[in-house]
Amino acid sequence: MAQAAAVAEQSRPHGPPRRRTGATPRRLPYLLIAPAALLMLGFIAYPVISVFYYSLQNYNVTKPWRNGFAGLDNFTKIFTQDDQFWSTLAFSGQWVVTQVALQLALGLGLALIVNQTFIGRGFARAMVFSPWAVSGVLTSTIWILLYNSSTGFSRYLADAGIGSYGTSVLSDTGTVFWAAALAELWRGVPFFAILILADLQSVSKELYEAASVDGAGRLRQFFHITLPHLKDAIVLATLLRGVWEFNNVDLLYTLTGGGPAGETTTLPLYVANTGIEGHDFGYASALTTVAFVILLFCSILYLRLSKFGGDPK
Amino acid sequence: MTAALAEKHGTDAPAADDTPRRPPTRRTKRERAFDDVPRWQIYVPLGLYLIFTLIPFYWMLLFAFRPAGSTSLVPWPMTLDHFSKVWNERSFGIFFQNSMIVGVATLVATTLVALSGGYALARFDFRIKKGFMLGLLCSQFIPGALMLVPLFEIFKNLQLINSLGSVIIAETVFQLPLSIILISGFIKNVPVSLEEAAWVDGCGRFRAFCAVVLPLLRPGLIAVGSFAFVHSWNHFLFALMFLSEQDKQTIPVGLNTLIGADSVDLGALAAGGVVAAVPVVIVFAFIQKWLVTGFSAGAVKG
Repeated sequence: MAQAAAVAEQSRPHGPPRRRTGATPRRLPYLLIAPAALLMLGFIAYPVISVFYYSLQNYNVTKPWRNGFAGLDNFTKIFTQDDQFWSTLAFSGQWVVTQVALQLALGLGLALIVNQTFIGRGFARAMVFSPWAVSGVLTSTIWILLYNSSTGFSRYLADAGIGSYGTSVLSDTGTVFWAAALAELWRGVPFFAILILADLQSVSKELYEAASVDGAGRLRQFFHITLPHLKDAIVLATLLRGVWEFNNVDLLYTLTGGGPAGETTTLPLYVANTGIEGHDFGYASALTTVAFVILLFCSILYLRLSKFGGDPK
Repeated sequence: MTAALAEKHGTDAPAADDTPRRPPTRRTKRERAFDDVPRWQIYVPLGLYLIFTLIPFYWMLLFAFRPAGSTSLVPWPMTLDHFSKVWNERSFGIFFQNSMIVGVATLVATTLVALSGGYALARFDFRIKKGFMLGLLCSQFIPGALMLVPLFEIFKNLQLINSLGSVIIAETVFQLPLSIILISGFIKNVPVSLEEAAWVDGCGRFRAFCAVVLPLLRPGLIAVGSFAFVHSWNHFLFALMFLSEQDKQTIPVGLNTLIGADSVDLGALAAGGVVAAVPVVIVFAFIQKWLVTGFSAGAVKG
């Protein structure tokens, strides 16, 4: 039996001995990806295509008499008449860059610290990573409690002489950006810390030993060993996070609702308002298409500029 | 060797050969590793960051457990009034159940579908492999929020609006690409020779997979499954859009309703937050140590 199997093995090196099962190796991979592929075709690809299609249409449930083919009208309007598009796009850019840069810096520092050996490390890791699992809505909930002007943390800061009573940081256009940014930072840093810590596990200890022998200090070791090793992980993590921060609306939707005075409306939030509350689905689809193209272009540019996966370690 | 290293590095490890060149300091108590960092450089920044992380959690617990109108900084005398109010009057009991159903169903569906797809990507070469991979990557750039309207129309046609099924399908689908990429990375890390040995022993591909590969995937599967659970437990937009009947809604939607109320009841809001946090905290405590190993097992490197 074993011999026969071994012979069969030789003739078809990439599979177990053929048995009564119906799936031949030629068809097997297709059968295996079929569930995933069908789900994604039906619930991702089809909606995407319908968005592209509607971006060329006038399609507004509240103005059915105007529905029909619109050509590139929606796109012309976006680039020539829509000030809100540009202002929300600028805010999205500011938001993504701030978040990714600060989350990376803090996450990297945190990962380097909890990668050291010290007493209470397991506990410290669990604590600093814990906001990772907290949702956008829960983050909003917590920070609304903190920012509340009458009973929030700011009241106690005012008691201690920092700031003034009755300030509501979320309704002041001067402070809302950093108030929201701090909340997002709170739950965003652990993502980077976890990914970078995971990648730090695979740095060869011998490299550090060799560097020590050559007289390299800790700072030089960091820049010449640790950072190059982490590069691919950092590029991938920043890209994924950038896209995620661009697209995610949970936190800002529930914390500020895009306000005050549209001050914290990101492009996706603007699109959602246009499509869902304004019922102008044609125009919202065109905005979506533009956002998607911008995102894809920036991502490719970023991967090119960072030479992702380029140089062997 | 150790002595030479210590010397080069300028630390004061007890030298085995000749007399130490520096006067011994406190540090000589134990031999310091080459990469050892002064303790304060660990504890000071860590302590500061812990304060930043933990104060918000404490603040939520404080509001949830102290009586309404109290301004005490410790939740004492403790009350459970806010919880009974949120659980019964604000229907968080039902929301909790709904969220649990969505979370567990998404976990099971995502893991099974991703295992099957990930295995195909890791072990076979086939014609549409590149296209499939590209599709997985591209799907990461699609904002779920912007797919709401077309998805709504699809689910309306499938008569799944106001059914938890719509949310389970949507969460699973958007969780799939990353899960497949992660799992195929984990499977690639298991040597094919292990499977081949089982085939030679007369196992079919499926039995060999279950007996040999699956046990080795445990950390990775725990990471992927917990992602799926936590993500669907937390996610809010799909449930907000697809479930309009109150007894079908999930916890994040319930929280959003509390936030949006005309006069926000902070105690109830905090108690609702605690209810939302508890399952995630339990999952997190359970998977915390797997998280780092799970990722370093090949997730980032693909």
